[in-house]
Amino acid sequence: MSTQTGLSGEVAAQEVTGTRAQRWWRDEATEPIRRNLALVGVLVVLLLIGAITRPDLYSDPAWIRSNVFTILMQASAIGVVTVGMTFVIIGGGIDLSVGAIMALAGVWATTLETQSYGAGGMIFTAIAVGVAVGLVNGVLISYGRLVPFIATLAMLVAARGLAAKISGKQTQVSTNAEINAIATTRILGIPLLVIILALVVAAGWVLLNRTTFGRRTVAVGGNPEAARLAGINVRRHTMLLYALSGLCCGIAALMLTSQATSAQAAMANLYELDAIAAAIIGGTLLSGGRGTIIGALFGVLVFSTISNLFAINGMTTEDQNMVKGGIIVAAVLVQQFRFKSVTQFLSRNRIT
Amino acid sequence: MTPPREPAGTAPTVLRLTDVVKTFPGVRALDGVQLEVRAGEVHCLLGQNGAGKSTLIKVLSGVHRPDEGRIEWLGQPVAFANPQAAMRAGIATIYQELDLVDDLSVAENIYLGHEPRRFGFVQRRVMARGAREILSRLGHGEIPVRRAVRRLPAAGKQVVSMGRALSREAKLIVMDEPSAVLAHDEVANLFRIIRELTAAGIAVIYISHRLEEIREIGDRVTVLKDGRTTAANLPARTTSTRELVSKMTGRTIEYVFPERPAAAPGAELLRVENLSRNGEFHDVSLTVHSGEIVGIAGLVGSGRSELLQTIFGARRPDRGEILVAGRRLTPGNVTAAVRAGLGMAPEERKEQALLLEEPIYRNMTLASFTRYATAGFTQAAQERLAAERTAAQLDLRPRDVRRRVRTLSGGNQQKVVVGRWLVSGGERGAQTRLLLLDEPTRGVDVGARAELYQLIRDLADRGVGVLLVSSEVPEVLGLSDRVLVMREGRIIHEASASELDEATVLDMVMAGSLMEEVA
Repeated sequence: MSTQTGLSGEVAAQEVTGTRAQRWWRDEATEPIRRNLALVGVLVVLLLIGAITRPDLYSDPAWIRSNVFTILMQASAIGVVTVGMTFVIIGGGIDLSVGAIMALAGVWATTLETQSYGAGGMIFTAIAVGVAVGLVNGVLISYGRLVPFIATLAMLVAARGLAAKISGKQTQVSTNAEINAIATTRILGIPLLVIILALVVAAGWVLLNRTTFGRRTVAVGGNPEAARLAGINVRRHTMLLYALSGLCCGIAALMLTSQATSAQAAMANLYELDAIAAAIIGGTLLSGGRGTIIGALFGVLVFSTISNLFAINGMTTEDQNMVKGGIIVAAVLVQQFRFKSVTQFLSRNRIT
Repeated sequence: MTPPREPAGTAPTVLRLTDVVKTFPGVRALDGVQLEVRAGEVHCLLGQNGAGKSTLIKVLSGVHRPDEGRIEWLGQPVAFANPQAAMRAGIATIYQELDLVDDLSVAENIYLGHEPRRFGFVQRRVMARGAREILSRLGHGEIPVRRAVRRLPAAGKQVVSMGRALSREAKLIVMDEPSAVLAHDEVANLFRIIRELTAAGIAVIYISHRLEEIREIGDRVTVLKDGRTTAANLPARTTSTRELVSKMTGRTIEYVFPERPAAAPGAELLRVENLSRNGEFHDVSLTVHSGEIVGIAGLVGSGRSELLQTIFGARRPDRGEILVAGRRLTPGNVTAAVRAGLGMAPEERKEQALLLEEPIYRNMTLASFTRYATAGFTQAAQERLAAERTAAQLDLRPRDVRRRVRTLSGGNQQKVVVGRWLVSGGERGAQTRLLLLDEPTRGVDVGARAELYQLIRDLADRGVGVLLVSSEVPEVLGLSDRVLVMREGRIIHEASASELDEATVLDMVMAGSLMEEVA
């Protein structure tokens, strides 16, 4: 028995030899990294297009620097939401109510009553509202056994309705200097919003890849029955995932409120679509069980870079939206069919 | 017993594979396969898990294209671009996991993809008539063609799968472990159907791990090992078991069960009292002691799997008590059961046990990763080490625990499932004290089986209690210390394994339940 094993083990070892680079291209463990590299490539191409279409702007290093921060700041709130969304999707669900939760959290945090408690009160309110609404989603889905699509669709309608009622359909101006300063503060030259995004992404990465919470998320999304039979409390975990998404919405609501120095019931419109699209483009499987935080971040950056590209070329939002829709389809198509076969093609060529 | 058959020696060769090679990244799955199948014969394919049988089937059915080598079909070299092309050419495959559409009717499944049509509309009546004809050809005219496939028993689904092959006028039918999902009497019916097919000149490639079946139904045997043909066209009936096994393994092994220990079992670990779940099982009482293997013999549908799941907390009992080491177990709560030291290997490994896209080690530690974790942070390196130890213990192939489980063969996937509860016996936290095994060797080859049996006995010797369910009576008798016979949701007999023989148990298991299996 043992000699048999030893022999076949050696054969297997020989089969996977080759240069480091060859192994790297073939190793299935590095597949997410290859995917992210492709997204970086897309970003580079987009920046090049910008440089070609507006050489006058791109010849100024100071402008490039500030433009990069513009792109990152634009990506900050949606990026935070996408981190939560990525968790929900990996966990086998979907959250259509993120934009509505942001609106509700933003509006609730900017009522005159809340503002009277100062910045701390506003931050607490936004986050508490986000988590609470997320928990309601989670309870409905986990314990009420509603389909996530339906539960969060209902929440999308209801939360915006409540936000409109609270605000009386008015734009609520934030008079709190500390909250408003979030969008303008820079630390070591880096905008605070970008730092918050970086912190949330880093926390999300650690949570997904280094903690039992992340492991449970993958298990619950990949095979809920297997997770249940391994002793994982699938329902409680699913509930927590929606609460996490709500938490991210609360944080993002504050960021957006600070940028606009106001909140209203119509804010963060269609954020759910942007967040889902970014997560999927970043390699998250819509059926659950697989996905990466870094990929989702790149997905967000691709979108905000495209928006920026349109803006510096003086094109309208309508044009942007049409192209964005096309890009979502194209990106997913490329990831599903082409990209995989391209890597296989490359690795095959290297073997022979 | 078997009716004499004319030798297939004169029949023309329909399929010939020469030096077929198929590689996947890092694995040479097929490495020079030779295979020759004649019209009207049952050609058996033997090989251990990972020998390349599954890949070979996929090459034949057009799922994979070979990298090298020749496939000749009816004298012509062919390269099937996709499964449809293979099907059009007359090669039908019946997979282990039947690929039927559960919510479509029997007739719709039989004609799936080539429905009789006129002006773009499906001719439902023509289809129903054709389906009825095909089913009665298969000796199952009683299956209602309009019934949803979901409502058929496993044997009925298989008949529908074969009906689909016939509706395509297949000249070669590949059957991947068709008997694995069948109870004893249903296998006899399967063989009757196969004999009728071969009498009509249809060739059958039959894959099974049960040698006695191969002797009964097979004409010739081709043996695969490590992706190569090690023996071709051996006579199925006269080649000795020893020779077949030695071709599969490159070593001669005995199909033996491990010795039972002389020592009496230890303290009582599990006590189940009057456990009932309406419509599934009734008033079941049993005990399992530390170091004891208790086997439940019963047919599919006797309530045995449901009983195991209920003990494990995956189903909530209507009545009764479960006590683990004297303490009452919270009913219907898997987490509580795992915490109390229970582990289960469920019947359907892909649906109920595995994360196919995740690495082996994460599958192995799925029930225990929290125990390796510190303050909520996982310790992947420790998990990998533990999984590597278990992989070595189980002789898992390939050994690299970072590979995705999807890339493993069925038998190795099963090892991962069992391994999950061995890993759980890590350095800290509750160890698995009681293992519930539901068909632990389904789809596992002879060599790996013997290893699994030894492993289960070793666990028992270390004090683990084992409650085992199997459709294979010899397995229950050979492995267990004590045997419970289950029929129609009740335990009808209990005895020490040494006091029972196969015929007695089979008789008890089947008597009276035949009608229910058919209905």
